[in-house]
Amino acid sequence: MHKPRMQPLASFDIASLQYLDERGQTTQTLPDFATPDSLIAHYRQMSLARMVDGRAVKMQRTGQLGTYPSSLGQEAIGVGVGAAMGEEDVYCPNYRETGALLERGVAIEEIYAIWGGDERGQNFRHAREDLPLSVPIATQILHGAGVAFALKYKNAHLNEPARVAVASGGDGATSRGDFYEAINLAGDWKLPLVVVINNNQWAISLPRSEQTACKTLAQKAIAAGIPGLQVDGNDVIAVRQAVSDAVVLARNGGGPSLIEAVSYRLCDHTTADDASRYQSEETLRAAWSREPLVRLRTYLDGAGLWGDNQEEELQRELTQILEQGVRNYRETPRDAATAMFDHLYATLPEAFLEQYQQLQGGD
Amino acid sequence: MAEITLVQAVTQALAHEMQADPRVIVYGEDVGINGGVFRATEGLQERFGSARVLDTPLAETMIAGIAVGMAVQGLRPVAEFQFMGFIYPALDHILSHAGRFRNRTRGRLSCPIVYRAPYGGGIHAPEHHSESTEALFAHIPGLRLVVPSSPARAYGLLLAAIRDPDPVIFLEPKRIYRAVRQEVPDSGQALPLDCAFVLREGSDITLIAWGAALKETLEAAELLAADGIQAEVIDPATLKPLDIHTIIDSLEKTHCCVVIHEAARFCGLGAEVVAQINEYAFDLLEAPVQRVTGYDTVMPYYQLEAEYLPGVARIVAAVKEVRDYAKGRGL
Ligand SMILES: Cc1ncc(C[n+]2csc(CCOP(=O)(O)OP(=O)(O)O)c2C)c(N)n1
Repeated sequence: MHKPRMQPLASFDIASLQYLDERGQTTQTLPDFATPDSLIAHYRQMSLARMVDGRAVKMQRTGQLGTYPSSLGQEAIGVGVGAAMGEEDVYCPNYRETGALLERGVAIEEIYAIWGGDERGQNFRHAREDLPLSVPIATQILHGAGVAFALKYKNAHLNEPARVAVASGGDGATSRGDFYEAINLAGDWKLPLVVVINNNQWAISLPRSEQTACKTLAQKAIAAGIPGLQVDGNDVIAVRQAVSDAVVLARNGGGPSLIEAVSYRLCDHTTADDASRYQSEETLRAAWSREPLVRLRTYLDGAGLWGDNQEEELQRELTQILEQGVRNYRETPRDAATAMFDHLYATLPEAFLEQYQQLQGGD
Repeated sequence: MAEITLVQAVTQALAHEMQADPRVIVYGEDVGINGGVFRATEGLQERFGSARVLDTPLAETMIAGIAVGMAVQGLRPVAEFQFMGFIYPALDHILSHAGRFRNRTRGRLSCPIVYRAPYGGGIHAPEHHSESTEALFAHIPGLRLVVPSSPARAYGLLLAAIRDPDPVIFLEPKRIYRAVRQEVPDSGQALPLDCAFVLREGSDITLIAWGAALKETLEAAELLAADGIQAEVIDPATLKPLDIHTIIDSLEKTHCCVVIHEAARFCGLGAEVVAQINEYAFDLLEAPVQRVTGYDTVMPYYQLEAEYLPGVARIVAAVKEVRDYAKGRGL
């Protein structure tokens, strides 16, 4: 059989980044930002995310919250992303981002309000320009591209400072057209957009291995002509460094990046799910041995930066913060029924007045 | 002053608003150097530069989705879809996000977007180029749905749509893009949204139609006048929210009504108009409201499109039937 001769035209590599391995040992010199203070701050925020998450699941079980998607096991991604962003940058989250939201200054009671069925939770008191959580998969990545376009345009033509949009999604999101259309456009238009994929290995019950034939999700960047990098998503130092590099590149006009953060979902998909139907106990146990909090704690302990006293003190402090958040959530009075009309349009069109009054009258 | 067509009025409105407001960004497939497949953006890139008039990659979901991101950041995106038949991939963003951001964030973020698309049949186009599925949008909460039917209304309503703080679907009846010429001063004067226009006054029957269907509706009204039936013709223009008051005011005079649209009948907008008339003006009616519409079929290829579209004869026949019914009741 004739075998045609072909010339290679292009070749690509996908790199991965890690600083702390599974045993909490450094694998290379730590970056400059990794001072004791900042690492302790990251540990604190990851611990808070885990507590807020754990309480959310408990509150769902007792009817105080609706369905909740825990981010147990992904705390390093959320905190790393949040820490790498400038306050003025714009975050476009998917729904499993409690750690990043806290890092962006979203209040605990706001997160609970969202999952407690109250739109007011999305009216963030801080991070006023960040997008609300997106439930439809991957759509927020396109919004991120639009935000990035606006930021670039306002920087170039309306004298506004250079800012960056950061969008997150899960591994499942990389199968959707929205994801691909966003990175394709961002590459084409050199938009200041950073896309971070939380590869937690599952899209509900579908394992990563059945999501795509791609060896890595980072390599999807190649089709869009943009840089793609895989990071250890259980290593907050690696996540922050990778996202920070991408943010700096975007801020300086270098265009978009795709970052795949490899982690593991240590919980059910949501409180309405039972992961034991599709994942084995061994897999889960193995994943626990790589989890991000213990890893950082082991490193801090080994470096003499942390110990049981500090841990106790931290738990006390965070418990107080959490309890205050829970109280604030519980004590928020229900929204008025008519609120569903109040923000439907900037000004309620006359055609809706009758329905509005009907709701007001309660009949 | 030169007389211009409906599509030129669209261009004139876009240019006016781009000149007035640096936040207005026009983008879509082939809208730049090519000026769009119908030339609605002709000359805009030359005049305003490729930073504000942008050719996108071919991806409708993207075209709809990035508008949301641009708008929440304070820009005023005006996105063009080449044909309504290609808007379906974009529905997700229009329905799941653009129409909901303000409510979802309790007013923190809003989406002042205009999604423009040529729509409707009658230009002998290939499949998927002749759709009239406006009811899809009318059903979606949080949107405005606007359809102009003359050069002056295209200009004034598009200005209003761009200035509106909420998302607007702006459907342009391409069959009449170049059918009429009118003097349209570039005054920057918007026309009101949510407000119907009475195009012809009459005392015997109310005809309600929008977009290109108004052409046949007005022709039918002339024929009927020759027969001694004075039809009042109403163009709702904003299909959502619907100005039912103007329709009811007309029924106070005419007591009879026919609704005409190109779209399929089942769950078409005519159904909503009839339902509202029943709710608010049943006592005024001397006969059931009739609909003259496209059939509940796939929009046919162009050899049969004339049979599909509601023509003058069907409108006249429906009017006569309604009038006969009313007379038969001895009213
Ligand atoms: C467009 C869309 N399709 C289906 C769903 C239902 N759904 C919710 S979460 C989910 C899996 C998402 O997996 P992934 O993107 O990996 O994110 P993860 O939940 O693992 O963080 C699915 C299918 C949805 N929310 N949106």
